[in-house]
Amino acid sequence: MHKKTLTALLCAALTAAPALAQSVRLSDNAVKVGVLTDLSGVYSELSGQGSVKAAQMAAADFMAANPAYRSRVQVVGVDHQNKADVASNKAAEMIDRQNVDMLVDMPTSSAALAASEVAKNKKVVAMVVTGGTTALTNEKCNKYTFHYAYDNYMLANGTGTAVTQRGGNSWYIIYPNYAFGQDLNRQMLAAITENKGRAVAPSDATPFPNTDFSSYLLKAQSLRPKVFGTMQAGADLVNVVKQYNEFGLKNQGIGLGIGLLFETDVAALGQDAFGGALATVPWFWNLDARSRQWSAKFEKAFGKKPTWAQAGVYSATMTYLQAVARAKTDESDAVVKALEGYSFNDFFARNATIRPQDHRVLLDVHTVQVKTKAQAKENGDIFTRLSTIPAARAFMPLAESKCKF
Amino acid sequence: MNTQLLLIQVFNGLVNGAFYALLSLGLAVIFGMLRIVNFMHGALYMLGAFTAFALGQAFGLGFWPSLILAPLIVGLIGVVLEWSLLSRLYGLEPSYNLLLTFGLTLLTQDLVKQVMLSQYAVSSAPYTPPAALSGVVNLGFVVFPKYRLFVIGLALVVCLVTWLVIEKTRVGAIIRASTENPNVTRAFGIDVGKWVTGVFGVGVGLAGLAGVLAAPIYSVEPYMGAELIITTFAVVVIGGMGSILGSVVTGFAVGVLAAVGAALYPPIANTLVFILMALVLLVRPSGLFGLPEGAR
Repeated sequence: MHKKTLTALLCAALTAAPALAQSVRLSDNAVKVGVLTDLSGVYSELSGQGSVKAAQMAAADFMAANPAYRSRVQVVGVDHQNKADVASNKAAEMIDRQNVDMLVDMPTSSAALAASEVAKNKKVVAMVVTGGTTALTNEKCNKYTFHYAYDNYMLANGTGTAVTQRGGNSWYIIYPNYAFGQDLNRQMLAAITENKGRAVAPSDATPFPNTDFSSYLLKAQSLRPKVFGTMQAGADLVNVVKQYNEFGLKNQGIGLGIGLLFETDVAALGQDAFGGALATVPWFWNLDARSRQWSAKFEKAFGKKPTWAQAGVYSATMTYLQAVARAKTDESDAVVKALEGYSFNDFFARNATIRPQDHRVLLDVHTVQVKTKAQAKENGDIFTRLSTIPAARAFMPLAESKCKF
Repeated sequence: MNTQLLLIQVFNGLVNGAFYALLSLGLAVIFGMLRIVNFMHGALYMLGAFTAFALGQAFGLGFWPSLILAPLIVGLIGVVLEWSLLSRLYGLEPSYNLLLTFGLTLLTQDLVKQVMLSQYAVSSAPYTPPAALSGVVNLGFVVFPKYRLFVIGLALVVCLVTWLVIEKTRVGAIIRASTENPNVTRAFGIDVGKWVTGVFGVGVGLAGLAGVLAAPIYSVEPYMGAELIITTFAVVVIGGMGSILGSVVTGFAVGVLAAVGAALYPPIANTLVFILMALVLLVRPSGLFGLPEGAR
């Protein structure tokens, strides 16, 4: 290329850039994404720094594809310690002091609900990816909160249906005694009865957190259900499954149904301990070629394979930024309008629609079975896909939603 | 609930009871002899489990060598701590050693967490029972993991031996003398300071042992001792501060009670021990096996 043409191009680019920049109206001239996450506690591995990295990748990819936003998208990561009061304070602080335009991630239902409340009051978009409670799109819904990736209804509906239809029609369930567990137990029982299964005994609420589950496993031994359902999550789930194996329940013909499962739980205990268990996930890294391609990029940047929560954070951030691009502003009411009813497809969210009435993001989800180590073809090859539940059937029908903006 | 299920839970409760007994035994030895309220006991229990895990990762050491080595290492850490830090606080108000051990607990937990996250990249580590003890055994009335039977048995043996040593041997007599009346004991040419350090090391080693035993049952994670230690303190109080027999008997009893409680009415399982503590203290303020302060 000629030196002259190069200079001309450069000049053109330089003059064009401000013109492009002026075509979008951004508060303090930047879009700021606040990743509200657990940087130090029990969920720091499944979201945490990986979620921050995922949001940064989304920002970088978005800026590369949209020159008007070049170096105008910023990402900050903040630790909410899985506590509702901390989440509330940190969310407010990020919005007031750092002019954050959007909150994303938010593991732990109670923290997510608290942050969502702040988002509503300060009129800032919140995209909950890692928090599970259905309250976010029901009685606690609000105009500025969107629920991405998964929720308790989708987990229960997916796993309850899949396991019951595969012959696991008698259940005994234990659940951690707080909002998330109570909700998940209720949803799971509904899905089981809907598929003509039954509970052999009333579900037991276990203390939260809890390390010893032997009493319930012995109870399961004498009840002889076909499925031992556990609604525990994270470290508690790891203990349940460890002890399920220790008591040899699998050999006694009692299968394992898991409410909420992250890749990191399987890694913590080893694949064989979980082998054969059924769960529902919105995504996993080797789902298909597109997912693998993104995951390879993530692994190169972060050093570890992404969890579905982290992939969800990328997708949610990107979806938000694209809505900003469509609205040509980061003014939240305009962005909410651009998000409502929007249909899209990316490596994470397939056949996705954002339901305008309750802001539930609908997407295809998958029922999976955990592979044993012998079945795994490569490192991190954890899930076999059993079925895909189409977006329209995966989530709570609008008729059942209690949401009123 | 039928009688068989109740019996099963009573039996099952002995496993947790074994952990309570081992931990409260160490606490009782340390408190009874040195008057130290060792808040760090839970963290040292966790260090026992973590050391076993780390020895396996770094040197490929299995469960059996770790069962000996890890309590020794933890005991040695205890000796260093007593000698370098705790011994400076004798004679001061008890709140000083409480604050010190509490601070050390936080420090230890965070250090282990950093190491686990950076070295092993998992927040809770897998640890399996040795091959000889894996699997279940049918006891007729219940199918039970072999490893858990081993835990009950070993804990009983260790508790019995510790009690015998302290109550019936010359070594025990020296230890008791060193703490009852250090000046007179010194007059007999006994280095009281060394014995005190040693006792602390042994008490802490017991916590380390409990930790190794716990590793195959519970996941190895930095905060595994934090919850347990609260219950263990309650056990010590119920049994009578400093009473060796009291801590062992109460340890097993509380384990059984919690298991039965968990089966009958799950939400109460974790509270039961504190209800028991309140009731016992109302009737016997010095605990079930404790002597009134003046009688010591």
